Amino acid sequence: MNVVIKKIVSSILTILVVACLVFFAFSLIPGDPAVAKLGTQATPEKLQALRESMGLNKPVAVRFMEWIGGVLKGDFGTSYSYNVPVTGLIAGKLPVTVILTLYSFILMIVMSVFIAILAARYENSHVDKVIQIINQVIMSVPPFFGGIILTLIFGLGLHLFAPGGYVSYDINMGRFMGYMFWPALAIALPKSAMAFSLLYGGLITEKKKDYARTAYSRGNSTKDVFYKHLLKNACIPVVTFFGMALADMIAGSIVIEQVFGIPGLGRILLTSIQNRDYPVVEAIIVCIAILVIVSNLLVDVLYRIIDPRTAVAEGDK
Amino acid sequence: MRRFKNLLVSALVLMLTVALCGCGGDKAGDGETITVGIPQDIEDSLDPHLAMAAGTREVLFNIFEGLVKPNSNGDLVPAVASEYTVDDEGKTYTFTLRDGITFHNGEPVTVEDIIASIERCADTGSGDPLVAAFSNIESVTKSDDKHVVITLVTPDTDFISNMTTAILPASNIDNTANEPIGTGPYMYVSRSPQENIILKRYDGYWGEKAYIENVTFKIISNPDTIVMNLEGGAVDMFPRVTTAQAEQLSDNFKIEEGTMNLVQALYLNNAAEPFNDVKVRQALCYAISPKEIMDYAFDGRGTEIGSSMFPSFGKYYMPELNDTYNTDVEKAKALLAEAGYPDGFEFTIKVPSNYTQHVDTAQVLKEEFKAIGVTANIELIEWSSWLSDVYTGRDYEATVIGVDASTLSPRALLGRFVSDAGNNFVNFNSKEYDEAYNAAINSTDDATQTEYYKKCEEILAKEAANVYIQDPAELVAINKKFTGYEFYPLYAQDISKIKPVK
Repeated sequence: MNVVIKKIVSSILTILVVACLVFFAFSLIPGDPAVAKLGTQATPEKLQALRESMGLNKPVAVRFMEWIGGVLKGDFGTSYSYNVPVTGLIAGKLPVTVILTLYSFILMIVMSVFIAILAARYENSHVDKVIQIINQVIMSVPPFFGGIILTLIFGLGLHLFAPGGYVSYDINMGRFMGYMFWPALAIALPKSAMAFSLLYGGLITEKKKDYARTAYSRGNSTKDVFYKHLLKNACIPVVTFFGMALADMIAGSIVIEQVFGIPGLGRILLTSIQNRDYPVVEAIIVCIAILVIVSNLLVDVLYRIIDPRTAVAEGDK
Repeated sequence: MRRFKNLLVSALVLMLTVALCGCGGDKAGDGETITVGIPQDIEDSLDPHLAMAAGTREVLFNIFEGLVKPNSNGDLVPAVASEYTVDDEGKTYTFTLRDGITFHNGEPVTVEDIIASIERCADTGSGDPLVAAFSNIESVTKSDDKHVVITLVTPDTDFISNMTTAILPASNIDNTANEPIGTGPYMYVSRSPQENIILKRYDGYWGEKAYIENVTFKIISNPDTIVMNLEGGAVDMFPRVTTAQAEQLSDNFKIEEGTMNLVQALYLNNAAEPFNDVKVRQALCYAISPKEIMDYAFDGRGTEIGSSMFPSFGKYYMPELNDTYNTDVEKAKALLAEAGYPDGFEFTIKVPSNYTQHVDTAQVLKEEFKAIGVTANIELIEWSSWLSDVYTGRDYEATVIGVDASTLSPRALLGRFVSDAGNNFVNFNSKEYDEAYNAAINSTDDATQTEYYKKCEEILAKEAANVYIQDPAELVAINKKFTGYEFYPLYAQDISKIKPVK
């Protein structure tokens, strides 16, 4: 297991590097939180007083030490815009983004597996050809555009959901999940199309192999052969893709939140950048980095479970 | 793998069920609830004394009141004070506390609360007082349980326009940003950053109570989704839709047209070459046509202005100044030649990219300037860069922006052009102007004062301090389920006047 431990250690280091980069990047970009907050009412005296109260008058190095010290204790400071602790602010928004990402991840797996097996079973049939064409189209539609199309067709046209009718998870979980289905679908569609292509290719190769023929000759039905024997082997190259897709989906959810009006991390990240609300921006970026790194770590572990050969090859016992 | 397949099927079925169950549900529109879309969250403060942005003021208008408050005609009417008297000089203001008025927490408003609120805004502990005009207050005293007397250092007949400053309960005053308590028709319930702000009707309100019980201000930061939100029923009303959006809306919506109460202009840095030459500034004024800008970028809507004053200010607005410069390309070229730029010049207009209306205006201006041989480059910048570089740093050549008024006094618009004003971001410098402005604020007679303010406006027009364009039209989309929307000459969305159509 020492490979896994190594990975965990390097992940923690990566997060620290990200934290440093974020902090210093924001001390370089133009714009000033005090100016942003006072807007057109700013006077030199008011600016000075506000900078003082925000602690911006201290040298960058001092501010960094204070900040990183707080972060290690789990305290990300206080938001300039909302005057509340950043941790609480993010804690309220993080579940939205995490649920949206997981939702789209599950949708992607479900859709791609089903459809790939369907198409591979009926290779070269009309069903296969139609699926291939639709797949090409979906693959080339970016999530934000897909989101707009879904809203137009299913929201405004068929009235299956009210566009912008987001309901927070702590008010009504059912309606929250109902609304989140559509943005999750928008994120999942292009990713499923790519996963489909990989899986389909894998299944087609696997189904010509000897063990598939043996499975048939042992009396398995086509369905059983596909689900019990071929899928597992065809999955191996796709798991890596799923891992990358998961990281991508976190980024994708930030974009799609804008289209569907979902107040998750993405929305607050963008406005905080505009307002130069550094404590919030820094905390969210660190948060996203952790999400990405943890998801990659999980995929790595999962990979070892599905394909024990990887572990053997790396000399891990 | 059978189990895996079953798992997949159940996951899919579950998701679809949830998705379809989630549709419909209770919708706004029972008449007791209204959802108002706003383009940005309250990012400065929920504390009305610390709030800066116009977008914040228009929401807080429903929660807080001053001793007096503006009505939709632009007059100041008594609010927390039931009446007030001013001595002839304009030095002593006496306010009578309204009988039976209470804060949202049920506590009666006392004279002490009024004094605490005013003193907080007049405090010079951190440099400037929160309300600049309050530096003129000599004392705020309690004369009895019903009366407060404010004495000024120098007489000022216009001082009352600052008394819209919110009255807060003294016991909660420093906690207002977290727990806003006021005396307005609506009380604050909760907020979720970047999601919404929820208000509820205050049934103990002293005046005419609001019709609608629950108000949600929903933040819609992506302008592309406004129409979908309205049509889908997620919001009932959106102030400031664009003409394009208004046209996309169905018959379920009524478009109310008012004015934005902005002085939209190409603001010129009067201290930077070549705009330090009045002839160059005048040439630019001759080169443009506000009518053309309105036609191209605003569907023909908007009100032309010729100085830093807009029509809602009634008696101070001077429509005759619109004709100071009528489009005349030859004259513009001649002026440029006189100023030493016979072949024109090149300059950069910095425009905040979040304001489509100003970006569009800049595009039309750029084309208009081509006719006189002047090349304008448009540089789109972020709002916070605009604030720090252009507005506070004054590091720019020209910018297109709309300037609003924070109070109902002409000073809110004209004060910034005094040479040493802290917010004189165009670096306008005219001795004549400074004298006229000082004469205006020092005169106690209303007619004389108006005369001087008008003189200020004339100087701004004559000196071509800026290339004045228009007061843009404000289009408010409101679902036909509701009626009674009223425009204010200040930034305010008064929800208490809106009633459901029965």
